[in-house]
Amino acid sequence: MEKIMVCLKRVVDYNVRIRVKPDQSGVVTEGVKMSINPFDEIALEEALRLREQGKATEVLVVTIGSADCQQQLRTGLAMGADRAVLIESDHDVEPLAAARILLKMIEKENPDLALLGKQAIDDDCNQTAQMLAALWDRPQATFASKLEVNDGSLRVTREVDAGLEVIDVDLPAVVSSDLRLNEPRYVKLPDIMKAKKKSIETIAIDSFGVDTTPAFAVTEYAAPPVRGKGIMVDDVAGLVDALKEKGFSL
Amino acid sequence: MKSVLIVAEHDGSALNPSTAKTVRCAQALAADSIDVAVFGSGIDAVAAQAARLNGVNRVLSVDRAENAHPLAAVIAPQVAALAPDYRYVFGPSTTFGKDVMPRVAALLGVGQISDIMEVLSADTFQRPIYAGNAIVTVRAPADGPIVATVRVASFRAVAEDGSASVETATTDATLPTHTRFVELQSDTGDRPDLQVANVVVSGGRGVGSKEKFDLLYALADRIGAGVGASRAAVDAGYVPNDMQVGQTGKIISPNLYLAFGISGAIQHLTGIKDAGTIVAVNKDPDAPIFEIADIGLVGDLFAVIPELEKQFGG
Ligand SMILES: Cc1cc2nc3c(=O)[nH]c(=O)nc-3n(C[C@H](O)[C@H](O)[C@H](O)COP(=O)(O)OP(=O)(O)OC[C@H]3O[C@@H](n4cnc5c(N)ncnc54)[C@H](O)[C@@H]3O)c2cc1C
Repeated sequence: MEKIMVCLKRVVDYNVRIRVKPDQSGVVTEGVKMSINPFDEIALEEALRLREQGKATEVLVVTIGSADCQQQLRTGLAMGADRAVLIESDHDVEPLAAARILLKMIEKENPDLALLGKQAIDDDCNQTAQMLAALWDRPQATFASKLEVNDGSLRVTREVDAGLEVIDVDLPAVVSSDLRLNEPRYVKLPDIMKAKKKSIETIAIDSFGVDTTPAFAVTEYAAPPVRGKGIMVDDVAGLVDALKEKGFSL
Repeated sequence: MKSVLIVAEHDGSALNPSTAKTVRCAQALAADSIDVAVFGSGIDAVAAQAARLNGVNRVLSVDRAENAHPLAAVIAPQVAALAPDYRYVFGPSTTFGKDVMPRVAALLGVGQISDIMEVLSADTFQRPIYAGNAIVTVRAPADGPIVATVRVASFRAVAEDGSASVETATTDATLPTHTRFVELQSDTGDRPDLQVANVVVSGGRGVGSKEKFDLLYALADRIGAGVGASRAAVDAGYVPNDMQVGQTGKIISPNLYLAFGISGAIQHLTGIKDAGTIVAVNKDPDAPIFEIADIGLVGDLFAVIPELEKQFGG
């Protein structure tokens, strides 16, 4: 393989406690820590390992979002990506529009592999990789936990409800990463300094000629019903009694 | 015309319970009809089972050798070819549906609504975001098919007391050969499926090893329960990945969930929000799982489980 294109999304860090705004217009994102979506970070780590093993020559990271996303692209460069592209947009882009834009990038860059996270932990859609593969008319290997490069194809182990499914996909292909694909490296300070010198290419989203107006209307954000705290029991006998009271006779 | 097409999930011999739950969701659409498409090879029994699902009008059996394994790249173009007759194209939000449906949506040139948890009207739905920490109300565009996956933990299965017709269907979709099935590694024994089990016994990092998980299996077998796990337990190699419960694992809704040595990270709790009663046993009195447990016991799981086993099952 030569080029791998990794798609990153900037999201609220997974450790942040999410709160819905009192006026139900969204969730609070002001002043909270933002990070690379954890699944995308794993996708990037996999691409870097493939390059380090000599199985790919170049790793390109791409993101769609506001100018603030430069921060996440910098992290990607510090991890070891060769190049970074920001497709700048001042509004949120739905998965289908993101896939259409990413397809334009693929046409421009001709990667052998597009690696994405299986879902973004903000909207939890789990769609972009599959949509990109459909539009590109190429194979998809979603929820990957293991990846082996063969001549012109990949053997991918996928985490599915029934266990682990192994499939072969011809290159070029789209792969989406699950959590157990790898453990991303920690970025070291010297790498961060070095990454500051690398340049980030910025492309205006409108220049692709793709309509990115949202198709769905989100009319309300609500906090989920809370499960209240129940009772504490002192011992196993207390536990069994409490279960009986709730109608469980086990 | 406002009809629904549901993409069935099955293992070649029987329907996955997620299909009957997806049908329940579809019933809330008040559509004119509900069809179920079964893609597979040698699937007469599965199609017959789908025909018994209450509320289904017609089963389309797409039986061909290429459909022997559920490859999204192969199934999606066939679903897309059937789709023009329908206003809704739904699948379960299982790894099968999550893989296939977005590919279908993109082929049809429309977006997808993931994880419908409630149908508010013919075009308005609720779905969870941020690992279930917020619920959004989403309205689909007025035209074009509505492609969606259904959060199966939010819907009860419909009964198998119907009698729909079964029709053989074919499509002229060209099927790719660029994606090939190699094997499925599955060691789910005869314990109840997590997604349908009434009772689930679940273990976390606190269990400590693969061998010690036997304690949980023994307890589960005593009471006919399914066995689940946290991500930490899967990552540590105590149990296989298909046992993971949570945001990236299975979303389940048993009547009773018994958690041993699980701290209660939000990503785990996402998977058990719909459980009837949650019991937590943890040696740390400050473990966050106690914030949402209906019954909590601070204690050492290695002392508690053997005692429980004695008390359960007589
Ligand atoms: C993007 C993302 C997705 C994730 N998805 C999931 C997911 O789907 N599912 C999931 O579970 N996690 C998921 N996680 C991980 C999650 O954040 C937690 O790390 C994980 O759930 C912790 O598992 P645990 O509770 O078993 O381990 P720990 O947090 O280490 O807790 C172990 C608990 O065991 C208790 N304990 C230890 N010994 C004993 C004993 N002898 N008796 C009683 N109690 C004992 C300890 O007090 C502690 O509370 C995800 C994380 C990320 C970032």
